[in-house]
Order: sequence, then C-alpha cells, then structure tokens
Amino acid sequence: MTTDSLRARPGTRTRTPDRPAGRPRLLPRPRAGRQHHAGPVTYVLLALAALVSLFPLYWTMVAASSDNTRITQTPPPFLPGPHLLDNLGKAWQDAALGKAMANSLIVAGTIALSTVLFATLAGFAFAKLRFRGRNILLMLVIGTMLVPPQLGVVPLFMMMTQLGWSQQLPSVIFPTLVSAVGVFFMRQYLAEALPDELVEAGRVDGAHSLRIFWSIVLPVARPAMAVLFMITFVHAWNDFFWPYIALDMENPTVPVALTKLSEGYIRDDSLIMAGALLGTLPLLAMFLVFGRQIVGGIMQGAVKG
Amino acid sequence: MATSTPLPPPGATAPPGRRARRSTLLHRLDLRAAPYAFIAPFFVVFAAFSFYPLIYTCWISLHHVELSTLNLMEWVGFDNYTALWNDDRFWNALRNTFTIGVISTVPQLLMALGLAHLLNYRLRGSAFFRVAALTPYATSVGAAALVFTMLFERDFGMINWFLSLFGVDHIDWESNKWAAQSAISSIVIWRWTGYNALLYLAAMQAIPLERYEAAAIDGASRWQQFLKVTIPGIRSTIVFTIVLSTIGATQLFGEPLIFGQGPNGITGGADNQYQTLGLLLYEEGWKNYQMGRAATVAWAMFLLLILLFLVQRVLRRLLSRTS
Repeated sequence: MTTDSLRARPGTRTRTPDRPAGRPRLLPRPRAGRQHHAGPVTYVLLALAALVSLFPLYWTMVAASSDNTRITQTPPPFLPGPHLLDNLGKAWQDAALGKAMANSLIVAGTIALSTVLFATLAGFAFAKLRFRGRNILLMLVIGTMLVPPQLGVVPLFMMMTQLGWSQQLPSVIFPTLVSAVGVFFMRQYLAEALPDELVEAGRVDGAHSLRIFWSIVLPVARPAMAVLFMITFVHAWNDFFWPYIALDMENPTVPVALTKLSEGYIRDDSLIMAGALLGTLPLLAMFLVFGRQIVGGIMQGAVKG
Repeated sequence: MATSTPLPPPGATAPPGRRARRSTLLHRLDLRAAPYAFIAPFFVVFAAFSFYPLIYTCWISLHHVELSTLNLMEWVGFDNYTALWNDDRFWNALRNTFTIGVISTVPQLLMALGLAHLLNYRLRGSAFFRVAALTPYATSVGAAALVFTMLFERDFGMINWFLSLFGVDHIDWESNKWAAQSAISSIVIWRWTGYNALLYLAAMQAIPLERYEAAAIDGASRWQQFLKVTIPGIRSTIVFTIVLSTIGATQLFGEPLIFGQGPNGITGGADNQYQTLGLLLYEEGWKNYQMGRAATVAWAMFLLLILLFLVQRVLRRLLSRTS
C-alpha cells in the first residue's frame, strides 16, 4: 500500500458509473480516501508546514557554521558561515562525541536488530500459529504499551547496580531488547502478507516451526523488517530519560553527551549547535535515503492501530 | 535466540521405526511449544525490565533508601506518601505537568489533524511533504531542546527577534512561567505533530470513498464532510494518539531539563516554574539521593495515568451516550 498511495491516482472521484467504456481501467484499485485536487492554498499551507519542520534544522547548521559573535548579532544570520568544520571538530572533542557516537551506534544497532528478530518471531506466532491463549496474550502485548517503562527507573537502577552494569551499555540495551509496538507491527504485516497456504505447505514438507520461520517467513517479512529496523533505530538513538540516568558522561550515548554541552560553565553557542548537528546527522542521513520507506512504515503500522 | 530452539535435530543413529515415531512426537511437541517459545522473548523482557520494576517501585516507595547505600532499606510505611502529599513541590510539579501537557498535546493533535487533511489531497511532491513533516521526529530530544533553547534565547534568539518586528518586547522565555511552559510545549509540538499527522493520514486514506459521495449527494459541504465523515472515520486513531500523547505528556523530562540548562534544569527553573513530575522524580532520586522518595513520585505518576484513563473512559461513555 505504501508505494501505491504515494503515487498519484487517476481522479476516481470524478468518475461516475456511466463513464464511457472506451478506456477500461487496468487495475481496479480500492476506492478509498479523498481525491480532491490540491488548490494553491493547500500548497502554501503545506510549504509553511515544511518550513516550520525544517527551519530549526537548517538554522542549527547556520549556527554551527558561525562563531559566537555572529550568532548573537541582530538580525540573526540566515546564511551558513565559514566555521562549520572547525566547530564540528571542537564539538567532537569537547563533548567526547566520538565515543558517544560509537556507543549510540552499538546501543541503537543492537536494540534494532534484536527487536526485529524477536518481534518477527512473536509476530509470526501471533499471526499464523495456533495456540491456546493466543488472543489474550496478544491483548496483553498491546496492553503493555500503556505502561511507560520510565516509571520503573528506580528499581531498574538498583537492578543494574547489582548486576554490575551501572554506567555500562548493557544497562540501556537490555530493557529495550524487544518492544510491544514491534511485535504488533510484525503481526499486522504477516497476517496480511503471509499466505496460510505457504505455512501449510511447509508443514506438509515436514519442516519444523523454526525452519518455516527461517525459509518461509523471513523472506516474506523482509520489507517490514527493514522498516521496523529503521524506526526502532530512530527511537533507540533518541531515547533519553533512562540513558541519562543509567549512563554517565564518561560513557554516554549521543543525547546524553549533548546535555554536557549546554551545562558547561561558559556557554559556547556555536559549539552547542555543532554538537546538536553532529548528533542528528546520522539520523538525518537515514531519513534522506529511506524517508519514504519510514513514512510508509509508520503509516502502515498505524492503520489498524 | 536460545529460547526459540526447542528442538534438537532428530538423532541420526536411531533405527528407522523409532525414528519415525520419535519425529512425530517431536512434530507434535513443535506444534505445541514453538509458538510459546517464539513469543517468550517479549514476555521475558517485559517481565524483567518493565513489570517487575513497576511493582518493585511500589515496595521501594514504602522505604527509606539512599542512592549511596542501595542495600539498606528501612521500612517507613506511608511516610513518603504523606511527605509527598504535604510537599508543595509535588503539587507544583503536578500542575506544571498538567498545564504543559495540555498546551503541548491539544494544539499538537489539532494541527496534526489539519496537516493530515492537507496531505490527503492529491498532491504534487506529496512524498517530500510527508518526509519533511516527519523530519523533526528524527531529531533527538537532546538536539531539539538545545536548538529551541537557542531560538528562545532572550537577547539574541530568533523568536524574540521575529516578535520584535511586530513591536513585541523581548520576552524572557526561561524565567517567566507561562513563557517557559509554552516554549517547552513548542519543542514537543514540533517533534510530534508530523508523526501524528501521518497516523491520521493513514486512517483517512482507509475511509471508503462512497461515504464522501453519499455525504456530497446529501448536500454536505466540504467542512461538513470533514466533520461527519472524516472525523468519525478516523476515530480509533484519534483515541490512539490521545492515549499515546497523554502518556508522553505525563513522562515529560528531557525537554524541560535541557531547556533549563544545567542545574536550573533539574529543578525546572529557579522557582520550579516548569518542573514536571519526571524532573521531580529525578531531583529526589539523583540529586537529593532519596530513592524511596523518587519511587513514590514514580508511583504517583502511575496512579495519575490510571486516573487519566478512567476519566477518559467515563468521558467517552458519556459522549457516546449523548450522541
């Protein structure tokens, strides 16, 4: 549905039942959604929305490429200055962003990988396998979305101290190894995309469940897994509350390291902005390349949500 | 991964007859047990790192525990709760959480609804508009809050400069209570409006076209169609986003923390003018080293969530009865 809905469709709305039979429709499409053409006002408003969405990021780049006197002038600068690389280099060192980047990459990468694996396994079971208590357990999974994990930070902190993981990466990785959202997302996808006959055929051939998962489910699930990977990666990369508590400045993730920049004794604005830019750059790059897929994934996960 | 391999490969040396019997046995075991093995990782992780801590939070809240001596738990009964009840900072934080929650959630969802409506037109470059709307979502709380703090700077910030073009005097966004709360809300609104708009858009596109046609035949204007067809058509999604943003609002932490820049952040400003419950929790636990108190705040936040859901349910009942 994702690519279909992104493409412009013929104006179904104007088409009446007694339309001339000269141009047969090649592909019957589900008739859904509004099909009004956008007028100029719509475009102006949308452009305004895009401007508000993108301007803070653009301005981050402007500030990160200026020195402090330029940032504080009136009116504020609107074009990039010449100091981008200097500031980025300084922020990289002062906020220990190199270490933070590596940590965030490990944390977000591990969480995204394990979420995709476990969510696909569970999603497959909930979508296509029969077992006692399936519906109740699925309701339970959805119900857990309502329990914000932040509420358990005090015992979680004590637990991590006991496990010897305080200020270590496992303390932020383990609590989010798999998410209810991920399980539900994969279940919705597999329930539709994986034909029952394919699973049955695997059974007839004598394949056990794990084998079916590996050779039948995984190939079908791959597009959804890619999207889930990216969405989970974004969330894990941006997660703040628990990492802020669990990690210290010696061993931070990117968002945690960024707070150090603003807490310095002497505020260095261009440095702060350079750090913010650096910390966001990996995700922005991902959005630049896979933005459409991420948009499609979020919309697809939402329809039945 | 280990939990999902309940089956060892059938013994290769077994004689054919026994092997067949054994494999049917294994087959049945596989059918029975594999589903549970597949869903087990989720439940294990949830039980260990969400459910157990939540319950244990309640237990800790009945004790005096200090950050430096986590093993020493001294039973104090409901002392932490009575202390919290008599603590002005708690009621202040509760009020702030509520007001920031309202001024960040209501405009956010309304704007998301409008944006989704615009995106639902047949557009050139719709992919661009959608990705652009979602880009703030890719920005971490850390980075977004840093940038907005700068935009809201009193002396040279972009926003005060812009307002000064219309003759508005420079606003001290940090120390003025309502200004600070609006600024913090604007960070939340900026990050989440596009995301919610995409959820609404997906639901809007699933509304059958026939309903619009029927409404048009009945002479409904565009605006009436929006109210009578679109809104009811995406109702479950609206409820879903209300629930999600309510949860998010009660947990608000990173935005005010970074907005206050350093020590001022944890207390939510010099006069606690924007301290949320999340910040109070952190202040009690990791600044005042009172883990029992922190657990009490966490449990209060949980009760608040439950209360909100009950209120919301009752409201929905009443609304569906009246309509």
